[in-house]
This record gives sequence, C-alpha cells and structure tokens, in this order.
Amino acid sequence: MNNELKSTALTHVHEALGAKMVPFAGYNMPVQYNGLKLEHAAVREAVGMFDVSHMGEFFVEGPQALDFLQMVTTNDVSRLLPGKIQYSCMPNAQGGIVDDLLVYCFSAQHFMLVVNASNMEKDWNHLMHYAPQFDVELRNESDDYSLLAVQGPNAIPLLQTLTEIDLADIKYYSFTVGSMAGINDVIISATGYTGAGGFELYVPNAVAETLWNAVMKAGSAFGLLPAGLGARDTLRLEMGMALYGNDIDDTTSPIEAGLSWITKFTKDFVSCELFQAQKEAGAENKLVGFEMMERGIPRHDYPIADESGTVIGRVTSGTNSPSTGKNIGMGYVPTSLSKEGATFYVMIRNKPIKAQVVKLPFYKK
Amino acid sequence: MQFPDNLKYSKDHEWVRVEGDEAYVGITEFAAGELGDIVFVDVDTEGESLDKDEVFGSVEAVKTVSDLFIPVSGEVLEFNEGLEDAPESVNEDPYGEGWMVKIKIADASELDGLMDAAAYEAMLG
Repeated sequence: MNNELKSTALTHVHEALGAKMVPFAGYNMPVQYNGLKLEHAAVREAVGMFDVSHMGEFFVEGPQALDFLQMVTTNDVSRLLPGKIQYSCMPNAQGGIVDDLLVYCFSAQHFMLVVNASNMEKDWNHLMHYAPQFDVELRNESDDYSLLAVQGPNAIPLLQTLTEIDLADIKYYSFTVGSMAGINDVIISATGYTGAGGFELYVPNAVAETLWNAVMKAGSAFGLLPAGLGARDTLRLEMGMALYGNDIDDTTSPIEAGLSWITKFTKDFVSCELFQAQKEAGAENKLVGFEMMERGIPRHDYPIADESGTVIGRVTSGTNSPSTGKNIGMGYVPTSLSKEGATFYVMIRNKPIKAQVVKLPFYKK
Repeated sequence: MQFPDNLKYSKDHEWVRVEGDEAYVGITEFAAGELGDIVFVDVDTEGESLDKDEVFGSVEAVKTVSDLFIPVSGEVLEFNEGLEDAPESVNEDPYGEGWMVKIKIADASELDGLMDAAAYEAMLG
C-alpha cells in the first residue's frame, strides 16, 4: 500500500482558499471552506461547486462493450441510448455490491464508467476478471480526468454564461460533449449527488484550474460558494442517496438496499439468480430512512434496537439535516419494521432514542 | 483566534473560568472550529459529581460527535439551557454565550494543572 496522499489538479487552489483538508479515499480533499451549513445552503438555494476529481473514470470500448456491461452491472444497459446516463451497481458473485456507479453511453461500443475513488482498484480488478470473456478493451483514465460538480438552482444560469450549448436542453441523466469556458470537449453531464440539480463537468487535469477559475468568476453574480465533501455528504443524505462504504457494501444486496429499481432481471448478470430469489422471497432486512422522534443524532454504526432492547439493526448514515433541522438517518432493519411509520430505537451513548421510519427523500423542494 | 487571558485551558480544548469556588466550562474557539457547525450539546450529568477528565456530556457537529471532559473534579451545578435552542452559540461565542456547564470545584489545586492562555496557544503551535 502506498500511504502517500494523492492530490487533485486543484488541491493547491483549495488550500489557497483556506479549505480544511482531510484524507479521503487516498486523496487530500477539501471537507469544508467557510462552513458546512453555509455551503449546504448555497447548493440548496443558489449554487455550489465541488471538486470531486477523486472519482474514477474507466472507459469500456469494443464490439462487445454492451454485452460486457450487461454482465457486470445490474441495470439494463441495452436501454441506454448515446448521450444518456444510468445509475447502476456492480454486483459480486456472492450477492453483494462491489460498487455503485454511473454508466455513460457514447455509443453501443463506447462507454464511460464513473466509480468511487475508494473502490477504484477493487473495481478495476473485478472488471478485469470478467473482461477476458468479451471482446472489449478497458482503460482506467482516472488520473487524467478532473471532475467539477456545479450544483444548485443557479447552476444553469451560471454555466450558461460560459457556453453556447443550451444547457436547459440537457435532461437529467443526459450529457453532451462541447465547449465551456473556452475549453473544448468538456463532458457536460446533468447529474449530481445533491438533489439540487446542476451539472458535473469532466475535463482533462491540465485545464481543470482554468474551468474552476472561470466558474468561480462567473459565479459571484449567482451566489456561488465552493463546497466541500462535508456538504456533499449532508446533501446526498437528505435525498436518501446511498453512500458506498456506509449504506451499501460488499455484503449488502441491491434488493435490501432499495435498489431494485436499478436491478433488471430482463438479462443475465453476476448474482442475478441470488437477487431474483431474494426479491421473490422478500429480503430479510431493508435499508430505510428514519427521523429521530426524540433528541439525538444517529451516526454510522450505532445499533438499532427494538422495544425490548434487542439489537435488530444498525445505522449506516446519520446527521442533523441542515435544510430541515431534523435528525435523520438510514439503516438496515428487519423488513417487518421497514414500513413508513414503524418505530424503533437508535442506541446513542447507551441510551435508546426513539426513531420513526419515513419516506425518502428526507428533503423535498 | 482568541485565547482570553482570564481563562484556564485543558489539553482536551476545554476552558475554565473560575468564579470563587465555582467555574464555568466550555470548549475553545479552536475546538469549535475543528468540530464545525455545532448542532447539539448533550449534557445529562447535571447534579452529578465527576472526577477530573470524566465525560460530562457530548457535543455534536453536523458531521461528528465528541465527548466533553471535565477539566477539574467537581459537581455539575447547571447546564447552559441557552444551548438547547442555540447550539450555534458554541461556534459564534465560545467563551461567552457558548459556555456549557457551571461546576462547583472540588479541589482548587487541580486548577494548577491547567494551562494559561499563552501555554495553550503554544500547544496548538
């Protein structure tokens, strides 16, 4: 293992802005600049920009690129048209999740996979295990690409000042490749991990700072703040979006995790029989969203207990919601306690604090 | 960053303001900054007598939770009720409105083991 922290093309920019830097997935990343709540609010109400260049980009090309991706991902890639994006899972052979990812379709023979930095090496090895059965070529270009996420209701008007492409025409989970801030071939993707709308912009490292500075300059008129990984986490949790390593991992199935909507049994894929059996029999446990009914903030790995004090589950993510002020969390509980309105107890510093299952997302516009 | 001269400081980043045989206790501006936006101060030791360095409560920021250690032995007389509705006072005014508990000091000689402002500032480097 190499313990040296990697930098992104923008690490020095974050440091110059006075960001608090933390090690994350092997990278030296900004966790916050001027305050998590300020940055969170900027994304919900105006616009924020995140450097998420630690994310991995794999390219899959070849005559059997589609067949390969059908085998290694849970969603139905045959329904993906050029210019469209799919949220998906990479299942392992034991019925768990290797990673969750975005699949970008350039053509039926050319895809980009965007994976979590923390799983990059594991994902690569997993994909290379299946690749020899197909006529495909894989390239890991993670070290060459930077990724800026510009998120919030003002993202369109802000970025529109930097490009002639009509951004309002790019539908959610679609992308186009074009010029922005004088940089050619920017992958402009209407995606994000915040539920606030906006774009994710993929550029080569050499021009990342040019793009960052152009967005920052244009952003002053739109209430833009640079935002760190802290706000990214509270924003995604308010939307009930899973975080790999917290809410899903090598041992959790997409059926338990509420990801049946991206698990399509219209095709063969790794562990599909396991998942289908689980879906038909009903999963033993389910990932739910809950709100605390009494004072206390749920945190990752806190036990969940029933009325009698028996531990029946665990919290996978939790926080105080900056948008609503409520204390919210997600966790696995027995399916019998997974219905909206069901109650259980989160053990916080050895005290049972009552919680109630609610519908996701926690935050609605 | 501020390090008021009238306070004593612990290695765990708590401050103590002595008033006779009582004292107010809070966390330093440095600690509050490191924690980030504080959203909940949980103290359930009111009325209890605690030994130096025992946990008297916890402070929850959006992202993290941290134990609060009592810098000198004593009885927890009062929790700052103002923090129930305005936990952000700990960030905004850590040495004033953000105080956490008032204690009755059990052994005043323990105060000698705490740092003065200059020593605490030097510890932070």
